[in-house]
Amino acid sequence: MLQIGLSHYLTVAAILFTLGIFGIFLNRKNVIIILMSVELILLAVNINLVAFSVFLGDLVGQVFAMLVLTVAAAEAAIGLAIIVVYFRNRGSIAVEDINLMKG
Amino acid sequence: MIIQAIAFYLFAIVAVAAGTMVIAARNPVHSVLFLILAFFNAAGLFVLMGAEFLAMVLVIVYVGAVAVLFLFVVMMLDINFVELRQGFLQYLPIGGLIGLVLFFELAFLFATWVFGAGADKLIASPAPPVSQVSNTHALGRILYTDYVYLFQAAGIVLLVAMVGAIVLTLRHREGVRRQSVAHQLGRTREQSVEVRKVTTGSGV
Repeated sequence: MLQIGLSHYLTVAAILFTLGIFGIFLNRKNVIIILMSVELILLAVNINLVAFSVFLGDLVGQVFAMLVLTVAAAEAAIGLAIIVVYFRNRGSIAVEDINLMKG
Repeated sequence: MIIQAIAFYLFAIVAVAAGTMVIAARNPVHSVLFLILAFFNAAGLFVLMGAEFLAMVLVIVYVGAVAVLFLFVVMMLDINFVELRQGFLQYLPIGGLIGLVLFFELAFLFATWVFGAGADKLIASPAPPVSQVSNTHALGRILYTDYVYLFQAAGIVLLVAMVGAIVLTLRHREGVRRQSVAHQLGRTREQSVEVRKVTTGSGV
């Protein structure tokens, strides 16, 4: 218990990942919360990458974690821009209203 | 060692609790604030692992940029969030089931997981001992040499994201009077000056 090892960090990451997935199911109508859940998932992935990197003694994992961070930031910016544009056009961001491209 | 354990459990428990509140809070503004708390505690976990550069980057990028962006958007859009929360409990059983299955799969995987026998030989860039080179130094040494193409690709991703966000949200409103320098300079004397003969006492 007191010896903090790799599996402890992996467990925290697993819980955060599961919370992210759970959040997507729970808030099916709110796109903003879904985006936040995606951020949680990416955070869990980052914790995994850094934990493996540190406990294996290989720095590449941390470089990859930085790239994941970059992609997460870009994804949040683009996603929120799309939400703003959509709200400007339709006046709503409820997920079930977003069906313009449905055949 | 005991202090490390206490710090780990503190950061881990607060991070998980904050993550729970992100998806359970009624007010999306509270969700964003709990997301910030979760990121701070994840940064604490990174520091505990010895990846202090990534911890600071996490705080700067997420708390400084992404979370503030979320906060802006949540506060700017005039949305009835109560309406969006209807049917919240409807998806609880299926979501909980899938979450539990996923979690136990991950837990079983991590419980029985060990490094392979040849894993030591596959290390691409071994981390130098912390007493000689700090984490930031070591990362910089490989990031700008071995992984410089990935670094440039990350820059391109950010550039494309920036251009995309600007292109998406920029709009030209009709009916706004803007200064047009070319139009001003292209004016001729005939367009703008008119000579009139005014009779005395009648005005223009």
